Amino acid sequence: MLHRYAGGLAAGFLVPVAVLAAGDAPPAAAVRGAVNTTAIGMFMVFVIATLGITWWAARRTRTTSDYYAAGGSISGTQNGLAIAGDFMSAASFLGISGLVYTSGYDGLIYSVGGLAGWPLVLFLLAERLRNLGRYTFADAVSYRLQALPIRTLASCGTLVVVVLYLIAQMVGAGTLIQVLFGLPYEAAVVLIGVLMVLYVSFGGMIATTWVQIIKAALLLLGSTVLAIVVMARFGFSFERMFVEAIAVHPNGSAVMAPGGLVSDPVSAISLGVALVFGTAGLPHILMRFFTVPDARAARKSVFIATGLIGYFYLLTVIMGFGAIVFVSQNPDFLVDGTLRGGNNMAAIHLAEAAAGDLFLGFISAVAFATILAVVSGLTLSGASAISHDLYASVLRRGRASEAETMRLSRIASLVLGVLAVLLGMAFEGQNVAYMVLLAFAVAASVNFPVLFLSMYWRRLTTRGAVAGGSVGLVTAIGCMILGPTVWVELLGHESPVFPYKYPALFSMLTSFAVTMVVSLLDRSPAAAREARAFDHQYVRSITGMGAAEAARH
Amino acid sequence: MEALYQKIFDDPEFRDLQRRRSRLCWVLALIMLVTYYAFILVIAFHPALFAAPLGDETVVTLGIPIGVGIILLGFVLTGIYVYRANGEFDRTTAAIVRRLHDSD
Repeated sequence: MLHRYAGGLAAGFLVPVAVLAAGDAPPAAAVRGAVNTTAIGMFMVFVIATLGITWWAARRTRTTSDYYAAGGSISGTQNGLAIAGDFMSAASFLGISGLVYTSGYDGLIYSVGGLAGWPLVLFLLAERLRNLGRYTFADAVSYRLQALPIRTLASCGTLVVVVLYLIAQMVGAGTLIQVLFGLPYEAAVVLIGVLMVLYVSFGGMIATTWVQIIKAALLLLGSTVLAIVVMARFGFSFERMFVEAIAVHPNGSAVMAPGGLVSDPVSAISLGVALVFGTAGLPHILMRFFTVPDARAARKSVFIATGLIGYFYLLTVIMGFGAIVFVSQNPDFLVDGTLRGGNNMAAIHLAEAAAGDLFLGFISAVAFATILAVVSGLTLSGASAISHDLYASVLRRGRASEAETMRLSRIASLVLGVLAVLLGMAFEGQNVAYMVLLAFAVAASVNFPVLFLSMYWRRLTTRGAVAGGSVGLVTAIGCMILGPTVWVELLGHESPVFPYKYPALFSMLTSFAVTMVVSLLDRSPAAAREARAFDHQYVRSITGMGAAEAARH
Repeated sequence: MEALYQKIFDDPEFRDLQRRRSRLCWVLALIMLVTYYAFILVIAFHPALFAAPLGDETVVTLGIPIGVGIILLGFVLTGIYVYRANGEFDRTTAAIVRRLHDSD
């Protein structure tokens, strides 16, 4: 029970939508909905507006700094909205409200986990990252370590996270759009692929940021309206909402208490590690700190993002309980006693039940826009790792011109787009929930330890970072393949080689241990140089001196 | 530039500021981590605690205000840090850099 349940839940938090339903039934079972013209119309308005922004952004994008970091011109508040947008995926919107709909309180556990990582990003990483780097987090790590091996490692960490995340988003999006818009799966996947490549390759970070800001504002607006409409039906009394939910929910008063989500302590802690430290290692989010002018704005943006994400998660809880009352008893939304289109459709059906057809169209369009904005951020992050880290710094040893680097970045985003579309089609109908779990585990076991130790531990050496990061990567992937999800459920073996569903706790600790041991044993002259450079890096990371000049290079 | 970095690093006022800054960072980070993992461990080992209603008159369980409270706590902690860092810490850092730069 725990397996199926927890897997579905994790997916619900991290992956868009219908993939969550995969916990119970394969997403292929999702019925294609009727063609929804209101939703398609509203989505078209969003697409036209964002393409207009891309055209405007393309004209302003002249240098690599414009392309990768929006020229450092995004304000703290704008960046806060964009970060919140990156994190408030369709998964949080539909997944958590769907989780509250099926299990009540357990949805709140995910909301708390999703928020807990943000204060740590602020206290430990944000401002130092801003002061040390230019375009990618690898800049900050290679500040005193050797660029070639470090950037190669960081690019691997980035690309694995980006590709896994993209597949999950694509599969989720295709299924969602099938249900919402009545479009075929393939058409939806191709449409998303084409739009994201247009935003990223022409508009770079400026367009990607504004798409994210607009989507975040729309999502917050839509959710707020929906929550207010729901609360109005209960006379703005939470007590009444809970009482009515308990009255109709099959679990009765158990919806108000923790259920079977985390009954095994090791899994519980490991999932917590993935959520908290994975958040702190997501490359497309770390990249956002380079779009603001200084450390001050970087801090402010995390504050704004934390507030918006927390507020949004509370709204999803209201939506979930609202759906229990207004949707679960309404035969219009049920097929054979279960929710039409899967449990992730709870918030969507609630929009129709509580506020009518027009609002349903709006919420559906917002859900599609949400996916589009998130995949764009991921693609830009992957393209930056390929062009800025791998090509310009590693292959060309820093001798590539700006025009050349940007051209390669456009090619890279096209390649990533094609890859995402092909993989999205290849994985149609399959349970890809584990991919997002793995993406978070890799972020927590490769990107986070290397970045954290480079800033906080003088003795970290290049050898240590490369050894620990590589071992972390292999451990995370290996434990996931040998664990219950892939080894047993997908490959059909009797019992798992690695007993736990979430590898993050083990892979992150292994990564830290190997990094530290290898660094301590490293007696090379390079290691001594790297330790000496720590003071210099430290002053720079605190004061930001020279950061402005570096950004202009 | 190199010499200035070293002077800042060795400066007693800078060191004192950094001690205060890093104490605040770690205290806030620990508050968040300990609270969050305590929450998860209660759910794993003793979920009945959170299932208890707040009173005879209500169906709201203890777990609800605690969950919402942790979300609010995260927001408040980030607010405290940003207030201190964007005010006092940034001002002091800028003053130290200016003083050492001018004395060059």
